[in-house]
Amino acid sequence: MADDAQVLPRHARRARRLGGVAIQIGLVVLVIGLAFGAALNAAQNLARANIASGFGFWNNTAGFDISQTLIGYSASTSTFGRAFWVGLLNTLFVAAIGIVLATVLGFVIGIARLSRNWLIARLTGGYVELIRNVPLLLQLLFWYNAVLQSLPQLRDSVPLPGGGILNNRGLFLPRPEFAPAFGAVLVALVVGVVAAFILRLWARRRRRMGGQVRVLWPAFAFLCGLPLLVFALAGFPLAFSFPEIGRFNVQGGVEILPELAALVLALTVYTAAFIAEVVRAGVLAVPSGQTEAAQALGLGTGATLRLVVVPQAMRVIVPPLTSQYLNLIKNSSLAVAIGYPDLVQVFAGSVLNITGQAVEVIAITMAVYLAISLFMSLLMNLYARATAIAER
Amino acid sequence: MKRLATAIAFAAVVAFATQAASAQTLNAVKNRGELVCGANGTLAGFGMPDPQGKWTGFDVDFCRAIAAAIFNDPTKVKFVPLTAKDRFTALQSGEIDVLSRNTTWTLSRDAALGLDFPAVTYYDGQGFMVHKSLKVSSALELNGAAVCVQQGTTTELNLADYFRTHHMDLKTVTFASADEALKAYETGRCDSYTTDSSGLYGERLQLAEPSEHIVLPEIISKEPLSPVVRQGDNQWTDIVRWTHFAMIDAEELGVNQTNVDEKLKSDDPETRRMLGVEGQYGEALGLTNDWVYRIIKRVGNYGEVFERNIGQGSPLKIARGLNALWTKGGLQYGPPFR
Ligand SMILES: N[C@@H](CCC(=O)N[C@@H](CS)C(=O)NCC(=O)O)C(=O)O
Repeated sequence: MADDAQVLPRHARRARRLGGVAIQIGLVVLVIGLAFGAALNAAQNLARANIASGFGFWNNTAGFDISQTLIGYSASTSTFGRAFWVGLLNTLFVAAIGIVLATVLGFVIGIARLSRNWLIARLTGGYVELIRNVPLLLQLLFWYNAVLQSLPQLRDSVPLPGGGILNNRGLFLPRPEFAPAFGAVLVALVVGVVAAFILRLWARRRRRMGGQVRVLWPAFAFLCGLPLLVFALAGFPLAFSFPEIGRFNVQGGVEILPELAALVLALTVYTAAFIAEVVRAGVLAVPSGQTEAAQALGLGTGATLRLVVVPQAMRVIVPPLTSQYLNLIKNSSLAVAIGYPDLVQVFAGSVLNITGQAVEVIAITMAVYLAISLFMSLLMNLYARATAIAER
Repeated sequence: MKRLATAIAFAAVVAFATQAASAQTLNAVKNRGELVCGANGTLAGFGMPDPQGKWTGFDVDFCRAIAAAIFNDPTKVKFVPLTAKDRFTALQSGEIDVLSRNTTWTLSRDAALGLDFPAVTYYDGQGFMVHKSLKVSSALELNGAAVCVQQGTTTELNLADYFRTHHMDLKTVTFASADEALKAYETGRCDSYTTDSSGLYGERLQLAEPSEHIVLPEIISKEPLSPVVRQGDNQWTDIVRWTHFAMIDAEELGVNQTNVDEKLKSDDPETRRMLGVEGQYGEALGLTNDWVYRIIKRVGNYGEVFERNIGQGSPLKIARGLNALWTKGGLQYGPPFR
């Protein structure tokens, strides 16, 4: 290609480029046309079978309850559309927690598997083999039952220090309740952060000019002291509502459902095994000469890892790591099995069934997973580009 | 997961199919040589395969009756186990010919799903089961309770309505299958489990200690359970509807599995018309004139099917109640054979 480009005259190069663009435009038009045709055809088929179609259901009252709602929701007044957002947020919530935890656990295990300590290497190797080879659904049911069975019944609830309660209905923590004056504390916090930052810049400049400055204490005063002072002056505008054991259930407080705990546990443990392999492969891909060279230059083990091995390993790790994140997001839809109200269970489950509009609901659900996946890939690509090592 | 696959397949079919589904269900069934019947796979007394893989139950026998009417052979049925979530898409997509699976007839299902509900085979209502140790004696005491429920059911909606109208707090935990909901209830995740009271009878027996659980007296909804067919094939709808009426009328006329051969010689004009001794009533439906004889001979009348599967002859011991014949104070009433 590059060679052609040099030998071909300019107008021929332009013609070729235009031809390429035309083909691409043609393809896009074709795909859009196909999608449109399918939608039209679907609408006709549904009408012929007397099945309701369209998106009018979106604003109808949902009428069913959801056990975990990160935004306000009530069965009697909220719409199917609202239920969609509740489900989507629950999916994103469990995926975000799962990705963070699985990454941490995966990196630790991946590195540990390369350890020179025989026991550690074997144990982590066994973990990876065991977890990778048992279907996730079984693991999920295992964790759910393990969580439910090992937690005490309501009557034998375990009180936690600080006013929390633990039983098989969930983990209940005190809920902070902010008075309006709490806003002032937030402002003070922002001011403190900015001030500490400016202080740091100033200190660095002074140091570069050879000065000796200690900014630890002033910075601390800005960061913590200022907000605390405002907090006290505003008359402590923060209270806690403590969970209490009622006749049937725990009332009040922040609730962490056992379904959420089991799902996070299962997704983390499972995905971490794959991430561990990705990490191991990434580290092994860095030639040992690099480590030896770094050590010959006098870098310690930590510095060698941080400055030489990890940056090069990351180039190998990021693309497969992205697929693992995507897998985790998609796997979170196994939530239906244990009653965690994710997007699939709420929207492609209850909403689909109550409205009966399978085509619309499934189309929306697939589009959402596609969008989440594309967005995730984009983020990871940006990260990969930002951390790429410039080739010379 | 299975349901999702069904729904996705259905979406794909609807988007890309270029021909309307055939309206000729009866012909399709005859050509295939068997009826494909959507049933409940896990509900004792209503629809469940036994360890040998033989399907039994009240809803199962209804499909056997249709098969008997068409083929004179109640075994020519293929049963497809469906969860509450799967069932309608399975029917809409043509995977099954008829759905016979404790399904409530509601306006929205009738009007918006492209389906028809030919006849109420079982009048039911929703109830609650609770752990005996909670010492609850009425559903109105359940304020603040956690309730396990199955998704895709009328149950899910009635539950929210009931707690709302009685100004009670509710914590619902929703599961995709009844088994999972029941297991979670059993481990104590929920204070109560709710579904159609017919279902409660069957599911209580599946618990490790049935006597540790009680069913509360309140019935909070109307659940007329009906078989379901696709809209637009009136002949097929009529066959399904009149299969039920035939079984009720047979019971009313005193025709049962043991005496049906004798009854062929009966003088009673309605009995003679029903059993096909007189008239062309079966042919009008696209069947043979002895179609009711076949049903009664091979499967039995409504009362027999009821007692055998869910009544006194079964572990469930459900009383006829609303499902007694209209002549005995119940709601089961078959239009005349004429
Ligand atoms: N009649 C109600 C509920 C029917 C229903 O699905 N009931 C549950 C509980 S008894 C069931 O049969 N579950 C068995 C299963 O899905 O495997 C409806 O039509 O929505």
